[in-house]
Amino acid sequence: MAVLTAAMDAVARWSIPLIFALVLLWGLRKKVDVYNVFLEGARDGLDLAGRILPYVVSIFAALGIFRDSGALALLARLLGPALHAVGVPADVLPLMLIRPLSGGGALGITLDLLRQHGPDSYVGRLASVLQGSTDTTFYILSVYFGAVGIRKIRHSLVVGLLADLMGFVLAVVFVRLLLGTA
Amino acid sequence: MLNVIWVGLIVAGVVTAALTGRLDAGVTRAAFESAKLGVENVIAMTGVLIFWLGIARVAEASGLIESLARVLRPVFRPVFPSLRPDGPALRAILLNVAANVLGLGQAATPFGLKAMRELQACSDQEDPAVASDAMVTLLVMNTAGVTLIPATVIAYRAAAGSHDPAQIVPATIAASLGSTAFALALDALLRRRRR
Repeated sequence: MAVLTAAMDAVARWSIPLIFALVLLWGLRKKVDVYNVFLEGARDGLDLAGRILPYVVSIFAALGIFRDSGALALLARLLGPALHAVGVPADVLPLMLIRPLSGGGALGITLDLLRQHGPDSYVGRLASVLQGSTDTTFYILSVYFGAVGIRKIRHSLVVGLLADLMGFVLAVVFVRLLLGTA
Repeated sequence: MLNVIWVGLIVAGVVTAALTGRLDAGVTRAAFESAKLGVENVIAMTGVLIFWLGIARVAEASGLIESLARVLRPVFRPVFPSLRPDGPALRAILLNVAANVLGLGQAATPFGLKAMRELQACSDQEDPAVASDAMVTLLVMNTAGVTLIPATVIAYRAAAGSHDPAQIVPATIAASLGSTAFALALDALLRRRRR
């Protein structure tokens, strides 16, 4: 277990710096105009930030009202014991509900949780893993099937939503196992 | 569905605040303060998004995603038994998976849509509005979120002031591998049953 933890730690520490170095060196070797290509992609980053802004603001406002009015505390008191028994803080419930429906909406909730609880808290880590390990099922189904005119999607929605549920369960399990609940 | 949840959050808040006499602090100020915080959050992470998508574009232009796709081929051939191993459909699928694995969601979608067009061209369904087996598998894989480097989440954590933004990588890999395997198994099961 100690070896596993050390290996996991090394993956966590090295993955991003290695990608930076590897991608840029590979680009040079393949005679890519690295700096200009980087700038082209960077412009996409600005577009992306602009595109997610309305999502984030709309969700922040709705969540702000839901929390500051006392409604969240009420919901937490109602569902708290049941959720607590399976290791899910009530604050994370809205993220689980919205994750399959709206990527921008889920992102807004994740950012809100990171700010409220801190990125290195149990809630912050659980939200990060939930955000990173599942995707927006309804959005992907509509874009991909829509692009080729498919209307009979067979078992894809059922499997997609069950996989999301499995992803939530596994996120709770692995965050508790690898990072603890502190 | 999203409409119901979003409106529900706001209406539940308004009703609760009205009953507890906190309409001003609980609703009006909460809405405007939170909206402002939303903008500040997006601005805080814009820098990281710009940098990361710059790196992503270099990875695409240098053929790094292509190389990863070649490495992944033996793993994913058995996942799509109905496809020709050297056909354009499987190639596009591998590029889509490779981009997802690197956490380059922006690059993954164009490859994914190309894969869907190739799959439609070689579909064995009589009705072109019905999804083929391979299409369902591709979508199920994408919705389960095959990720090894959750790059954007790391960026958000860094922007939120984490002392170790990448510490969630192992748990994220474990959860996404597990749910992807579960999705593929369930797909294989239901595919046979519905024939």
